[in-house]
Amino acid sequence: MFSSFMVNTWVAASIVAVVGGVVGFFVVLRGSAFVAHAIPHGAFSGAAGAALLGLNTVFGLGVFALAGALGISALGRKGRHDVATALGLVVMLGTGALFLSWSAEYAPQIYALLFGEVLGVSRAELWPIAGLAIVCLAAVALLYRPLVLSSIAPELGEVRGVSERVIDTAFLLVVALATAMTVPVVGALLMFSLMIAPAGAARALSDRPGVAIACSIALALVTVWVGIALSYAINWPLGFFVGTLGAAFYGLGRLIGARRRRIASPVA
Amino acid sequence: MNALFAPGFFTNGIVHSALIVGAVVAVVAAVVGTFTVLRAQSFAGHALGEVGATGGSAAILAGTNPLWGFIGIAVVAAAAIELLGVRQPRSRDLATGLVLGAGLGLAALFLYLGTTSQSTTGASITVLFGSLFVVSMQMVPSIVTLSIVALAIVVVCYRRLLLTSLNPDLAAARGVSLRPVSALYLLALAIAVSLSAETIGAVLSTALLVGPPAAALRLTKRPIAALVAAAGIGVLATWLGILLAYDSYTWPPSGRGWPVSFFIVVFVFCFYLLAQLRGRKVTRG
Amino acid sequence: MSARVLEGREAPVLSLRDVSADLAGRRVLDGVTFAVQPGEFTALIGTNGAGKTTLLRVILGLQPTSSGTVELAGARRGRRSVGYVPQKVLLDPDMPLRARDVVALGMDGHRLGIPVSPRAGRVRRARVEAALASVDALDFADARVGTLSGGEQQRVLIAHALIGEPELLLLDEPLANLDLRSQHEVVALLARVAEQHRVAVVMSAHDMNPLLPVMQRIVYLAGGRAVSGSTEEVVRSEVLSALYGHHVDVLRVHGRILVVAGEGDEPVRPPGEEPGSVESGIVSVP
Repeated sequence: MFSSFMVNTWVAASIVAVVGGVVGFFVVLRGSAFVAHAIPHGAFSGAAGAALLGLNTVFGLGVFALAGALGISALGRKGRHDVATALGLVVMLGTGALFLSWSAEYAPQIYALLFGEVLGVSRAELWPIAGLAIVCLAAVALLYRPLVLSSIAPELGEVRGVSERVIDTAFLLVVALATAMTVPVVGALLMFSLMIAPAGAARALSDRPGVAIACSIALALVTVWVGIALSYAINWPLGFFVGTLGAAFYGLGRLIGARRRRIASPVA
Repeated sequence: MNALFAPGFFTNGIVHSALIVGAVVAVVAAVVGTFTVLRAQSFAGHALGEVGATGGSAAILAGTNPLWGFIGIAVVAAAAIELLGVRQPRSRDLATGLVLGAGLGLAALFLYLGTTSQSTTGASITVLFGSLFVVSMQMVPSIVTLSIVALAIVVVCYRRLLLTSLNPDLAAARGVSLRPVSALYLLALAIAVSLSAETIGAVLSTALLVGPPAAALRLTKRPIAALVAAAGIGVLATWLGILLAYDSYTWPPSGRGWPVSFFIVVFVFCFYLLAQLRGRKVTRG
Repeated sequence: MSARVLEGREAPVLSLRDVSADLAGRRVLDGVTFAVQPGEFTALIGTNGAGKTTLLRVILGLQPTSSGTVELAGARRGRRSVGYVPQKVLLDPDMPLRARDVVALGMDGHRLGIPVSPRAGRVRRARVEAALASVDALDFADARVGTLSGGEQQRVLIAHALIGEPELLLLDEPLANLDLRSQHEVVALLARVAEQHRVAVVMSAHDMNPLLPVMQRIVYLAGGRAVSGSTEEVVRSEVLSALYGHHVDVLRVHGRILVVAGEGDEPVRPPGEEPGSVESGIVSVP
């Protein structure tokens, strides 16, 4: 399980978990679960397209994730946000269906893109993942206060000159970046589980935003580590473990949160 | 004529059943979807479609028709979302997302077990991206029956649905209890989503569910007119999609035809953009 | 309430001249003119849909005007010198934010990056502490903000707005959804804040009665038009009748003021109570 070629996997998965835990905190805070699902999922089509053209899949993922983020942001300006997200998603996936029908791609490879492939990380792939992770975390650190402020109420930000549109687009771009680096490891469908489940559980654990982010990172790390170990032992797909462990953590978090509220309530 | 309608389009039995099934599904998706858009539950609709894929892949694993797997799981997931259901929209989306995550995890497992045990490598792609051309004629009666059930729910609950969609507090004040309406609506949504997942694929069912109603609601604010317009747009997009997919069997690069789901999505999206443009003119003038 | 000079020689913190604004092709504000002096407590009174929120958004620069001028804190429309408490912010109880986090964001929420310097951190904490103290919110400073009562959340948001040391504090319907006791508490708090911090307070409300003891100026809005002045100048039958365009009576009963529409037979309706127009509007959808 810890042989030399598995080391890459452990490292990559840990980086992915940290980014997922941090970005996920803001996804949950802003109520952007749908977008967090749509961008990685839609970006899968980019990977299919890149495979068709014989390019690096991370490149295709990145292009589609960024295009998707900007497209959803543009559509959302005139229409409703959830409708914009849904339509942006299906357009990307429709294109993906077309690419899949053109390609003679071996089905398991597509399957790996959708559901994750633990053994698929090489030393060469590690560098772009680490690089994107740093960019992603730096962007979140930079946007931290405006992001939190506009999550409380967009008007509060607007009054202080923080344009909601700029913040929203910037945040979608961060999600897109996170997507491009994480999809090859955990898969397009489960990437978002890793973003929302640990963060969703973490908010029940602390009232302080900083501590909640730390909890979110810790839970995400536990999720992928346990997932990889089990996936290695039983040979079932990593996505299965990430999805179900995530839901279990969230359920636990809600129980703890409900108990805390009962003990602490009501604030006199 | 032949340039538009490739030879055999009107005589081909597969095309016939695709046109019928496609139209029925488009109408149901549009009618139920109008309320999905009004209630801002696109994510729930999408999640049910994808979670349905779990059932679809389980059914393939068990050797039965995926439609029953779709419906079974979609109804269970709808119940889970309703039970977890929190009033706060943010938390509601989160609950939806977690049900979706868990469901997809299971889908991954079933598809994995399916591919290794039976080597039906194409199954995952069919479940996720669907194809109207593989819907068999035997399925038509079940599809029609389920469509009637979904439409009946909407017709019976029409006024209450409208009231609760516009303003839950107002509905509660008028003595409309929210839970049963919400639960029945999610049942209709589960059926509608499963039907469109069966035809255009689990991940693309959202296109028919959200696209035509969103376009229709841009064009008219009157609920009945919006329902009719949404159904019309849905059927038109589906038929045009089938037509082009049939034509595309002679197109490059593979000669295997382009996926019908792709065309339907493209048409739905184009109609939405057109409605946006027109809608903007209406509010300006 | 201490007697303060209303017509001071200082420049007004806010002055609007003949301001009109349109929303989706409809005129929402029509030639609104008034000025607010430093430290003055102004009530913006009108029924739902009279244009109160639009007027506040115009002052904040979030809503473009069709004509007229808005001058803020001496010509410069610097947003920092205005604090704003938006309408009906109900904070999510699941959000992991303490009351003090929300207040701190009022100081530097627009800045990029994460605050790290320990010295700046101490200054920051002291300012947050002071702002919380000025709204009597120290007791629940470390509680999760979404779990606080409506009145408590309101106080946290006021501290959030005050910490930037604004010259003008705008509040959109801060009394809506509060029980009578909390209403009085918030009004007393705002009056005290105006006094101590020399902040001009402009708050909108649909009922003027809770504000009668403290307000020094009233801006009465109806159908997008406004009259402004002292309560005695504005809340009079002939002035309001001219504003509404039909006859209204002003009744003073036990220190309360009721504005009643119509010719005797019309139902008595103080401006606070809506005649169910929202409901009929929605039900009439076919």
